[in-house]
Amino acid sequence: MTLIHIIFYVFSAVAIGAGLMVVSSRNAVHSALFLVLAFVASSGLWILLHAEFLALILVLVYVGAVMTLFLFVVMMLSVNKVMTRESFVRYLPIGALVVVLMVGITFLAVGPAHMGLAIMPTPPMKPADFSDTAQLGSVLYTDYVFPFEVAGALLLTAIIASISLAHRIPKERKVQNISKQIAANPKDRVRLIKMPSSKRSQ
Amino acid sequence: MVSLSEFLMVAAVLFGLGIAGIILNRKNVIILLMSIELMLLAVNTNFIAFSYFQGNTIGEVFVFFILTVAAAEAAIGLAILVVLFRRLGSIEVEKLDKLKG
Repeated sequence: MTLIHIIFYVFSAVAIGAGLMVVSSRNAVHSALFLVLAFVASSGLWILLHAEFLALILVLVYVGAVMTLFLFVVMMLSVNKVMTRESFVRYLPIGALVVVLMVGITFLAVGPAHMGLAIMPTPPMKPADFSDTAQLGSVLYTDYVFPFEVAGALLLTAIIASISLAHRIPKERKVQNISKQIAANPKDRVRLIKMPSSKRSQ
Repeated sequence: MVSLSEFLMVAAVLFGLGIAGIILNRKNVIILLMSIELMLLAVNTNFIAFSYFQGNTIGEVFVFFILTVAAAEAAIGLAILVVLFRRLGSIEVEKLDKLKG
């Protein structure tokens, strides 16, 4: 039982407990906050696996952006109806059966007999000046540059799609009607009148 | 050092919790989306564990792309949810039966 083992078990226990609370919490805001906790604990696990860049990205992008979006939507929809236990209990037997079967089979497949340290030994320590970020970038910008560009285009598509989905055409707000403005004709707006000038009467 | 199978077991439990959330939750679509995020997290942990123990960076590249796609999925899913709430006034899973004949 080394120090790394203790750290690993603490992070795993926090991640699994938070995941359990995400599923079983009755309040959607609590679920979102517990999901944040699960993400942070998992990023600790990823740092144990020497994936520092991805661990920081997980905290920055996921906890900082995506979960904030989730919380915004939860509060915008203001679903304050408390989840009833009825459906939870109704689907509990089949849910528990499926989950126990799946996790059990996975445990059999990835157990110490197949993926233990004897079969998959720990790789040698990298030198002190080794940078995970530099290595990831050197692969990402050479061999995988096309998928990288596709990912950027995908994010642009997601921006356009979500804005066009959630955008509402203004009805009661005072906004410019641009096509009406362009179609305006000077003859409709300004009337020139010709009239004789007259002396001012003293 | 912690062995690969321990990381994979933690990821399996997280994935199972995500599936349990999808099966058990019939009231709130937002928690369904959160369960999907939990499953993606478990899969990413698997990728990174294999990438480390096999000394191969490509697994981390794949996790990078999964994170991108998951962020796009969450954004579009939440936008659909907002539109749905405007239409139905509710986001209960059981009420989403408009396509039923």
